[in-house]
Amino acid sequence: MATDHESEPTTNDAQLITTDVQATGTGRNGEPTEPVVTARDLDVHYGAEQALNDVDIDIPEHRVTAIIGPSGCGKSTFLRCVNRMNDQIDSCRIDGELSFHGKNVYDEDVDPVALRRKIGMVFQKPNPFPKSIYDNVAYGLRVQGMAGDVDLDAAVERALRGAALWDEVNDQLDSSGLDLSGGQQQRLCIARAIAPDPEVILMDEPTSALDPVAASKIEDLIDDLADEYTVIIVTHNMQQAARISDKTAVFLTGGNLVEFDETPTIFENPADDRVEDYITGKFG
Amino acid sequence: MSTETDDTLFTDVDLVWEHRKNRIFLAIIFAASLFGVVALALLLLDVASDFYVGLTEYNISLVDFFTRDGSRREELSGFRGAIVASIMLMIVTAILSFFVGVGSAIYLEEYAPDNHITRLIEANLANLAGVPSIVYGLLALAAFVNGIGMGPILLAGAIALGLLVMPIIIVSSQEALRAVPDGVRNGSYATGATEWQTIRRVVLPAAMPGIMTGTILGLARAIGETAPLIMVGALFVNRMPYGPLDRFSAMPTQIYNWAAEPSQHFIHLAAVGIVVLLAFVFAMNAAAIYVRNKYETEV
Ligand SMILES: Nc1ncnc2c1ncn2[C@@H]1O[C@H](COP(=O)(O)OP(=O)(O)O)[C@@H](O)[C@H]1O
Ligand SMILES: [Mg+2]
Repeated sequence: MATDHESEPTTNDAQLITTDVQATGTGRNGEPTEPVVTARDLDVHYGAEQALNDVDIDIPEHRVTAIIGPSGCGKSTFLRCVNRMNDQIDSCRIDGELSFHGKNVYDEDVDPVALRRKIGMVFQKPNPFPKSIYDNVAYGLRVQGMAGDVDLDAAVERALRGAALWDEVNDQLDSSGLDLSGGQQQRLCIARAIAPDPEVILMDEPTSALDPVAASKIEDLIDDLADEYTVIIVTHNMQQAARISDKTAVFLTGGNLVEFDETPTIFENPADDRVEDYITGKFG
Repeated sequence: MSTETDDTLFTDVDLVWEHRKNRIFLAIIFAASLFGVVALALLLLDVASDFYVGLTEYNISLVDFFTRDGSRREELSGFRGAIVASIMLMIVTAILSFFVGVGSAIYLEEYAPDNHITRLIEANLANLAGVPSIVYGLLALAAFVNGIGMGPILLAGAIALGLLVMPIIIVSSQEALRAVPDGVRNGSYATGATEWQTIRRVVLPAAMPGIMTGTILGLARAIGETAPLIMVGALFVNRMPYGPLDRFSAMPTQIYNWAAEPSQHFIHLAAVGIVVLLAFVFAMNAAAIYVRNKYETEV
């Protein structure tokens, strides 16, 4: 069967699970959580240009981690390291370690396709496929070979509800995803990302191309997503980071991660003067 | 006071001659752009009048024309065998060139690294598109008709035409693939699709209208090609082919054949044949435009 063949790069679950992960944070209800994504001495170059410099970070499970910083400081680059979308860029070179559940995703035995089946992504510009709404949402389940095992209709409905889009589109699932408004398209992309039930969702400035009303809908949604998923969101909107995130990482020019802490601490009492300057608008 | 300054303000600038040059130039380029329309109109008029004379003065019956094959006797001659041969030729040509052409385009656009070999292939494609069609006929004659002893059969003609349209299909498919936004590819990869899944499920469907348009336009060019078929030996055959291994004469070669006859009746048979051939070409171009317009709002 063709679908069986296509699901070939199966994730070897065992190799992604390690035993010695220390607890580094507390979840929303207080119990300690282990980091899902960790970076150690992560350097990224595009050709000769350095985009990330010695980044160390532990991103906790089931929480919203915001990445803020001025434009060009490497926020998107960091996000693309997590699901290896940087592999698509020929000039990109990565050194150091980026781990998912303790397994370095740049190890030779990690298949990036398998990795991306555990880590979904939402892009800055909504990018629905030129297909029906239904086919957009079902896409991940189909390519991942799950379409035969699950009730596809139910999975599509669940994902659309999860993306707060079901009520608006349930009577037009067969119409093209491109016919939706920008905000709806972005929620469709979120539905597409969560439909195969990944563990982590990466979002790269998901509201920057949207009007304020559409943006606030997505902000509300992100808060709900953290119940089930680990969310890492890049934004250059500091108010947005303050509103929706549990932890905030501040990158500054040169690809340096300057400070990473609980969001209230970053915004009310940052340890680093440069972060304080950035937050208060003195530069960046 | 103020009128005085207004009068003198621009009078030292004389633009009359410049404006006249502007208008003359406009008239010339407008006439140039009409040239194509006028030429086509004259051509159609000429064909139409021969067609009309053929039907009236030479009593060519359209029913007989479409139901009889070619014959050495003018009053028994028809176009059926040639029409069937051309349709068969297009189908085989499409099968031969579509998959190879689209496959090459996918390789070049989606997989090929940007290196010397890739650039060499692309430069050669541009050259291939400019090769005179008779050369493809010569190639097919040397390699297939004589080389492997295929003989002057329809498949050999389809191979020659397939080589001819291949560069057209490759280049238009490449353009169609390039027009698919990268955001859509990234969306697919990020959803856990492999390269091939991304191409088959997202990129190809989005590019397909453009690919189809290019393929139909390529075939519309091939259906009127005469020289390669003459080289392959598709002349003086009147029988209708029943399969790709039969000998054949297609519409353009049958027309060529008739037009070379001394008899006026044959020459007017050729005129009627030209109308049929043009109808095929226009229908194919219309189909290409339809496909393009129907899907162009997508993506
Ligand atoms: N595809 C690429 N090729 C070359 N350089 C890139 C590429 N993407 C990003 N960069 C460079 O890397 C640096 C960080 O970019 P990016 O991660 O996009 O920053 P941010 O998302 O914070 O605005 C910038 O200097 C940018 O010019
Ligand atoms: Mg960015």
